[in-house]
Amino acid sequence: MRALKYLLPIIVFAVLVGFLLVGLDKDPREIPSPLIGKPAPVWQLPVLDRPARAGARPGASTARSGEPTANPATTPDSRAAATLASEQLLGTPYLLNVWASWCAPCLQEHPLFVDLARRKLIRLVGFNYKDRPEDARAWLARHGDPYGDIAVDREGRTAIDFGVYGVPETFLIDAEGVIRFKWIGPLTPAALEQKLLPAIRALPPAASPKTGGAA
Amino acid sequence: MMTEASHDDSMRPVTRTAAGGRRTGAAGLFILLLAAAVCLMSAASSQTPSPGATSSALASGLTAEEAAIVESERFRRLALELRCLVCQNQSLADSNAPLAQDLRNEVIRLIASGRDDNAIKSFLVDRYGEFVLYRPTWSWRNALLWVGPFLLVLIGAVAWWRLSRARPTAADAMPAEPASPAGTAGPARADSAQAALDRVDDLLRR
Repeated sequence: MRALKYLLPIIVFAVLVGFLLVGLDKDPREIPSPLIGKPAPVWQLPVLDRPARAGARPGASTARSGEPTANPATTPDSRAAATLASEQLLGTPYLLNVWASWCAPCLQEHPLFVDLARRKLIRLVGFNYKDRPEDARAWLARHGDPYGDIAVDREGRTAIDFGVYGVPETFLIDAEGVIRFKWIGPLTPAALEQKLLPAIRALPPAASPKTGGAA
Repeated sequence: MMTEASHDDSMRPVTRTAAGGRRTGAAGLFILLLAAAVCLMSAASSQTPSPGATSSALASGLTAEEAAIVESERFRRLALELRCLVCQNQSLADSNAPLAQDLRNEVIRLIASGRDDNAIKSFLVDRYGEFVLYRPTWSWRNALLWVGPFLLVLIGAVAWWRLSRARPTAADAMPAEPASPAGTAGPARADSAQAALDRVDDLLRR
């Protein structure tokens, strides 16, 4: 019992150190999303009009866009009012990447998405957050366009439904439209290999990729 | 701990219980003062006005109804209880971050559409998690958060009380101590300093 008197401060100190050590490893800016495992919010947003993507259908994920292959057959105004709805994306899992041309960390993670698109591992959907369409287009022309579709949320209200509190953020959404994984901040090669790719592999096998959804 | 306490009591002469009682009284007073300070602080923080919120919200072009909501006591109270997620140590009322502005507008819309406070809070909790609430809800997961500080104060008070009870045991063993009143000048003080040193030695030897 006497020993306890001397051990107690040491125990208290050890517990304190334990808490502080755990705290060291945690990023207070990373707020766990309550949406994981829940159906993604339902939304309908205008699509970013991209000349290079004139022929691209929703759901088709091609890697490159920098080439000036503007299609004269489609008139710009017919696509100006084009919208994309969340239910159109059902059927195939996809990554929803929230980005903006004004966001520096987005540029940092961007090559990873360009590479991901080239490897055709998963469909990429862009979510252009509080951006000017012309800025977004110029940014994509300059840095590469990995996205199959890009939804434009100029007001940022749909982003609130997703619990977005900064850009970039990336959601992994499965074929049923359930959010499986969320990455906050710029994606890093380590996070891609250790977190995101395993999460993609853990998805239930879809019926057949690139067929569903885009009705 | 309990067995040690009862063991000590049986060894203790009767005269010391009076000193112990005085000291528990002092401990009680200390806790009372602490509680009063905490109450005062929370009262002060809840009365802090939020001039930033109203002026910036008005600047963003709202309808008369929405402007009235911004001026309302209810909106201010809500905005003070909700955390800005970008600048985490500011409330929605205090923050100038664009997201805070968006979320304030969202709260205004929800108030305008007739939702009650709980519905508005759960709207934000559903999207951002409980972290948006400055006042966490009571649940078993949050139990440590709520009870922890009181638990720590209690542990501290018990430890203090026990330590302060242990001290006179050693002091009373020295006959010179009680005779010399505290605050007398010169040699008496040197004596008591020596006594204190002896006491420390004694405690260490135990």
